[in-house]
Amino acid sequence: MTEIINSILQGLLLGGLYGLFAAGLSLMFGVMRFINLAHGDFIVAAAFGAFAIVSATGLNPLVSLVLLVPGFAFAGYCIQRVVLNRVIGRDIMPGILVTFGFSVMLQNLMLEVFSANSQRLDAGWLSTASVTVGSISVGLAPLLTFAIAVALLGGLGAFLAHTSTGRLLRATSDDSEAVGLMGADRKHLFALATALASGIVARAGVLMAIKTNFDPSAGPIRLLFAFEAVIIGGLGSLWGTLIGGIVLGVAQGIGAAIDPGYQILAGHVVFLIILVMRPQGLFARQKS
Amino acid sequence: MNSPLVAPTSRSSSFRLFFLLAILIGLCSGPFWMKGGMQQTFAEFLIYLALAQLWNLLAGYAGLISIGQQAFVGLGGYALFSMSMLAGVPVLLALPLAGVIAAIVAFPTALIAFRLSGPHFAIGTWVIAEVFRLVFAQFSAMGGGSGTSLPAGIVKTISSVRGTREDIIYWLVLATSLVVVAGIWWLMRSRMGLGLAAMRDDELAAQSAGVITTRLKFSVYIIAAGFTGLLGALIFLQKLRISPEAAFSVNDWTVFVIFMVVIGGIGSLEGPILGCIVFFVLREFFAEFGTWYMIGLGALSVGVMIYAPKGIWGLISSRTQFRLFPITQKPPTH
Repeated sequence: MTEIINSILQGLLLGGLYGLFAAGLSLMFGVMRFINLAHGDFIVAAAFGAFAIVSATGLNPLVSLVLLVPGFAFAGYCIQRVVLNRVIGRDIMPGILVTFGFSVMLQNLMLEVFSANSQRLDAGWLSTASVTVGSISVGLAPLLTFAIAVALLGGLGAFLAHTSTGRLLRATSDDSEAVGLMGADRKHLFALATALASGIVARAGVLMAIKTNFDPSAGPIRLLFAFEAVIIGGLGSLWGTLIGGIVLGVAQGIGAAIDPGYQILAGHVVFLIILVMRPQGLFARQKS
Repeated sequence: MNSPLVAPTSRSSSFRLFFLLAILIGLCSGPFWMKGGMQQTFAEFLIYLALAQLWNLLAGYAGLISIGQQAFVGLGGYALFSMSMLAGVPVLLALPLAGVIAAIVAFPTALIAFRLSGPHFAIGTWVIAEVFRLVFAQFSAMGGGSGTSLPAGIVKTISSVRGTREDIIYWLVLATSLVVVAGIWWLMRSRMGLGLAAMRDDELAAQSAGVITTRLKFSVYIIAAGFTGLLGALIFLQKLRISPEAAFSVNDWTVFVIFMVVIGGIGSLEGPILGCIVFFVLREFFAEFGTWYMIGLGALSVGVMIYAPKGIWGLISSRTQFRLFPITQKPPTH
């Protein structure tokens, strides 16, 4: 019994990280109706970025965020302005195929620079510390990851709800052409959304690097997790995305408790079941 | 649609006939003049050609951008191996059956995947292919995660002489590939193809002109899955060994195929053929560069998608009137 509660708890905490994976994807889709197929590879790139910084300076991985978050946000802004804005439009094909090409390029670039070796970041005492309640023991790192994920999603929600840029982004999400007609610079807004999403991706990547092993080919499966969390939660709902991540994490936790070979499979199967039973997701706010 | 609505002139039509016939004879007589590894490379080329045509039919015409076609490649391969190893079905019978099984499995798959649209459909098909891979990794009768080899006893039922066996497999691959190319050509000239071309150009307009797009998409998905399954069976009959990683590899069976179609020209019949040729030529010269080769290939397809979305064939066909596979129709006369 303790074992089952434990795996559910682990899954729940993992769900916070999945919610973070999903938030960037969800934000970009919400604003631009566009999915970045290299999303998972960007997450892994952030993990390798932290790995490089930690190897060079010996700092705690969490400190590397000071460099990575603005770096990723800036890169995201530039990529959107220079490349991705060209392929956004009524025809979804160019966007999908261009980002798919990015995904392959990025994976191979990381393979060339960092080799195929699996890596993991050591967050010092944080990696081993744990909190024990009764017979259940939870690592401090997963707990902190979950707390950071919730805080970030809350912050993002507040930003979108209360700032003027957030209002513009929400308006773009509702009707991007009308926002353009009102005189807003859509290209700039799109790039801002990507910058925001990339900043989240950087945080998600570093937290993932502390939590699990990663290698240059680890991106696509992260894209799938992020996507599943978005669809389970329902498009356009930030908290739904977190719940989606938790549902996915718990499903994987229970699957892994039955047989380690079922971990990922259980998550996929729960996703497919929800897709069939409730295709609009658990907390849908907008139609695809 | 850019191409003018005129029937091809008779001169270009007889040139085309001669050209296609020469290629056909060259390919059919392959085992008599191809040396060493060349026949193997050509068989692989023909398989990729068919895979590219099928992916183009899905994405280029029906607007179904699937990143999960490896599901059916792997399924076809596993269907062939398990039918011949567990049920004793003769290999030559198991091949078409593998295609039928893939098409049947495509029905429930489509019911799930079609709940998603656009970019979500793309990732959804990928998830489904991952589910297939993980399920077959649990299939202990087929070696689980490490896979299995086709026993020599079964391999020898095709022919006990290795060279003859390779020739037979080559001709089977060639026949399948020709059926796929000719079949899609025929399809595109039919009423269904007219609907597909209309859908490619503008889905909404096609719907209002009376094309039942959902039914058309569903049919195309099932057809593509069936033939992809048959090709998968042929691929692993050639390899004689199957494992979940190889069978459901997104890189081998979908990434390369997408690069071929994009570079050659999406939404035409000639584009995938051209892309396939370019891909094999590039591979011949640059594959030794490993990761840099893949980075270059990715950059090439990104560049093509941004600067010449209709690919190499689009650049050629906008300058000449020549079509290798004309599908334009005469406008009705009143």
